[in-house]
Amino acid sequence: MTNHWVDLKNADVIMINGSNAAENHPASMMWVNRARDERNAQLIVVDPRFTRSAATADLYAPIRSGTDIAFYGGLMKYVMDNNLYHEEYVVHFTNAATLINPGFQGPEDLDGLFSGFVDDDGDGFGSYDKGTWTYQTDAEGNILRDETLQDPNCVFQLLKKQYSRYDLDMVSQVTGCPRDKLEEVYALYATTGQPDKTGNIMYAMGQTQHTVGSQNVRCMAMIQLLLGNTGRPGGGVNALRGESNVQGSTDMALLAHIIPAYMATPNAGSHPNLAAYIEKETPATSYWANKPKFLISLLKAWWGDNATAENDFAYDYMGKVESAGNHYWISLFESMHAGDIKGCWILGQNPAVGGPNARFEREALEQLDWLVIQEIFQTETVAFWQEPGKNPADIKTEVFVLPAADAMEKEGSIVTSGRLIQWRPQVAQPPGEALPDHDILNLVALKLKELHAREPGPFADPILQLNWDYSGGPAHPVVGELIDIAKVAQEVNGYAVRDVLDADGNVIVKAGDLLKTFGWLQADGSTACGNWLYVGYFYPLPDGEGNILPASKRRGQKDPGGLGIYPYWAYSWPVNRRIIYNRCSADSQGNPWPGGKDLIWWDAAKGSWTGWDVPDFAATKAPGDAGFNDPFIMKTDGKGWLFGALNEGPFPSHYEPVETPTDNALYANQKHNPVIKIWRTNEGGDVGDTYGDPSQFPIVATTYRVVEHWQAGGMSRWLPWLAETQPEMFVEMSEELAQEKGIRNGDQVSILSARGKIQAVAIVTKRFKPFQVNGKTVHQVGFPWHFGWGGGAEAPALATGDTANDLTPHVGDGNTTIPEYKAFLVNVEKA
Amino acid sequence: MADRLAMYIDTSKCMACRGCQVACKQWNDLPAYQTEQTGTYENPPALDHYTFTRIRFAEYDDPDRFQWLFLKEGCMHCGQAACVDVCPTAALKYGPNGIITFERDLCNGCGYCSQFCPFGVPHLSVPSPLRGTGSLTGLEGQIELAQYGALDGLTGDVKSSKCTFCQDRTVNGLKPACVKTCPAGALDWGNRDEMVAKAKARVDVLKTQRNFPQAQVYGDTQLGGLGRIYVLKAPPEAYGLQADPKYPAMSTLWQKILQPVGQVAFGATIVGAIAAFFVARRNVHMEEVE
Repeated sequence: MTNHWVDLKNADVIMINGSNAAENHPASMMWVNRARDERNAQLIVVDPRFTRSAATADLYAPIRSGTDIAFYGGLMKYVMDNNLYHEEYVVHFTNAATLINPGFQGPEDLDGLFSGFVDDDGDGFGSYDKGTWTYQTDAEGNILRDETLQDPNCVFQLLKKQYSRYDLDMVSQVTGCPRDKLEEVYALYATTGQPDKTGNIMYAMGQTQHTVGSQNVRCMAMIQLLLGNTGRPGGGVNALRGESNVQGSTDMALLAHIIPAYMATPNAGSHPNLAAYIEKETPATSYWANKPKFLISLLKAWWGDNATAENDFAYDYMGKVESAGNHYWISLFESMHAGDIKGCWILGQNPAVGGPNARFEREALEQLDWLVIQEIFQTETVAFWQEPGKNPADIKTEVFVLPAADAMEKEGSIVTSGRLIQWRPQVAQPPGEALPDHDILNLVALKLKELHAREPGPFADPILQLNWDYSGGPAHPVVGELIDIAKVAQEVNGYAVRDVLDADGNVIVKAGDLLKTFGWLQADGSTACGNWLYVGYFYPLPDGEGNILPASKRRGQKDPGGLGIYPYWAYSWPVNRRIIYNRCSADSQGNPWPGGKDLIWWDAAKGSWTGWDVPDFAATKAPGDAGFNDPFIMKTDGKGWLFGALNEGPFPSHYEPVETPTDNALYANQKHNPVIKIWRTNEGGDVGDTYGDPSQFPIVATTYRVVEHWQAGGMSRWLPWLAETQPEMFVEMSEELAQEKGIRNGDQVSILSARGKIQAVAIVTKRFKPFQVNGKTVHQVGFPWHFGWGGGAEAPALATGDTANDLTPHVGDGNTTIPEYKAFLVNVEKA
Repeated sequence: MADRLAMYIDTSKCMACRGCQVACKQWNDLPAYQTEQTGTYENPPALDHYTFTRIRFAEYDDPDRFQWLFLKEGCMHCGQAACVDVCPTAALKYGPNGIITFERDLCNGCGYCSQFCPFGVPHLSVPSPLRGTGSLTGLEGQIELAQYGALDGLTGDVKSSKCTFCQDRTVNGLKPACVKTCPAGALDWGNRDEMVAKAKARVDVLKTQRNFPQAQVYGDTQLGGLGRIYVLKAPPEAYGLQADPKYPAMSTLWQKILQPVGQVAFGATIVGAIAAFFVARRNVHMEEVE
């Protein structure tokens, strides 16, 4: 989230799109309701299905799954055509005025594509040469702008052109949303373009789990820029993360393309050594110009005294991905299926239920030589070799199950969606031999070190020289000493390796002391830090009530300013800033916008920025100074990017999902996202990457979660009180579809896709309605993805059912490759 | 009663997260059932001996707007409570602050409370015919079922049960577990007059600002005033609530004539109680009390 949970209370209009907050983030509704009670805020819910969120909304609009860009493009057009955008914000704080290379062309010129498309093999999918997607500059390299927004090559005019055909009729035809509903939603949300109003978009996996997921998110960012909502209380682009600590796992880089705190994973081709990495990855402008400090401090954290200037701070010890490698979820399972990956270690995941094309992924697990899994129950992944219909004797994979502690059974920090790092105590002992995941990993690391010391092998140094001493924790009856989690926290927070001096030779921080801010990080090896964004989270700070304690342990309840900032409650990255880009909360002169949500502002008397939050800006940059209106300090030009290159182009365009019941009404010759990868392993086989056709599978399907269960069910289907509330797999469908198919409420039905067939109980409901799409009736159904057969026979789940993901396709987004779980084709019939 | 307490339930804020339903089972240490999916989000299928509160779901095709209505069900803690009036052992009582308290040790399992309650709330500890399998989930549940499965209503080992507003919490100044857990701000707990005033103010907002012309308060006047004060977005019938629940006429008769006999009988001989039990069972039909 650019903002945070409590800040939802400051919004005038809240739009929930691609999220079902009431079911999946119920605590958020406390703050949504606060906004409605205290500011008469309005709640809009956009969803294919009338959800429990929709039930509490002021305005509900149904759209067909996979048509968000059409919906948002229409909103942008509506806002621009009717001059409802926040003009001062757009002119000064975004790149709307920036002039683009005249060689740039868009889908209106090129039949659905942008300039630079390269299709190597003629299959219609390829990649872009982004050479024309650039700013115009003068001879000195200064970026050219037209702040009247009239130049035909300025971003604003190009944006108008991009969405020129996304009018109400077209968007209604594509999305299936009735025209009057669309207009009502657009008109209401556009009111937040008034300078004294702010609007907030809450989104989740309904936006991201599409082949155009990244561009869906871009749309929201662009709308929030056009309406002047980003960086302001009650505004922002707010990802409701699907797990309590998924923000933390992202920050700590449990992803293929980044190392901790959003730096690129070293690549064997383009980053052969430290100098090359720094040269390629460090921009000349923006706060990222400090990247060498972040990276070298990270290397010092990992390899300690063994990381020296002479050995490139042990850069060579870091693993590197292959030049053209693809190491995301889908491709990992493809590699596993092909037998290229021999072993797999899984923590806290249940891919046998949660992975796309789950039959294929379970078959991939069978190809492994070994599988290690840390789990709290015997999930379907733990017991994948016991799947009904399979013979365990035929499965050669050796499976090691390590019993893990639950989140409540260990101490440590979690990071909420709002970037708030909160320390949590252990409140119960893990049962039996179960251990916290960090202790399991520590024991393995120590064993690895022992093994490599005994039998060094060809490249043992990265492990032997690893800076790894977390000893000193409590005693455990079985495994001996556990780790001291505070030592891990201190390393992540960062510390001085030797005295750090300022320009005058004064000591900023003494050797061994913790760092207070990432401004203290150095590129000379004098600081070590496991995650530059987290610097300060374990530094002792006051809690506003007389206590000083590690920042993330604070529970101070003062809220000066009354905006819900609560600066003494835990610690928010970066530098305890609660709303990022908050320079935008003041106008082009540094004064707060009207509306009474003053967050930070320029104080001429003090000669600095001041206010209730930590300014996301140079504190003494004054009106008239260069860059005073460049609030987006992580961007090379300091502006919010209405024009910003993702793999599919600098503006989002509507492309149909890979499986769709209809043609692309906006770009007749460009049906799908042109930059996605289509996997075709065992295409047409019983288990394979097969794609369905609307003649066989005419119904749009989507998957979702319900409030009663958690993800792939590992934390909920074994709990009696939750299992009783949602005991079995179900499918929701409209009364119209049910009648067409002769299905009654409560009937057992089969759901078929090109990848499989599952069974579920029909819930026939008025909450799904058929869509009118491009002149035809299109039905949509939906079902939860929580269920599986029950896992291990010794202690099976209490709530069981067929697995929704046996039906979903193995295809992902054009940038992140997140699977397209949210829009695919099925058929249903009475079982 | 000026110091009467009540639960405020705002159905316009309820999002059916069912945190209340689970928190209730947790605080009151109630086992779960092996339920079935029958074409609804509702489960367990009804209030019962081990389910003191649950969310009822109803789809309502309001001519103005489609609504999905959520109703938190449970003991209404009536101002004029038939269950108390018919209870022969005073296991059910008008407790402090208007809460209808229940003392399990005093209950003889006669089942009158269950039969006379206009809302069908109290339930005996025998598997309900409503449920498919009737089996309980988890070890504790199996033990309970093993005990009760072998019993019948005459041994005295069967008990009634119902929501007591977490009497063990509320007498100690805490909120009921369901209220404490509600993330939406749909539930509140406090002085009944204040809860009624809050409900009236909320209804006013729903009518004037949120386009719910049929919004209304429920529970302020019914049956001597209920201990649950509902804010409804639609007419009570749309939620499956009786608009005008009636105090069962038979229970007055019962209280004045049969109950004293029954109490004497309990004091004197179990046979009398059994006789009274069968008399009541045969003569009281639900049609009469509704």
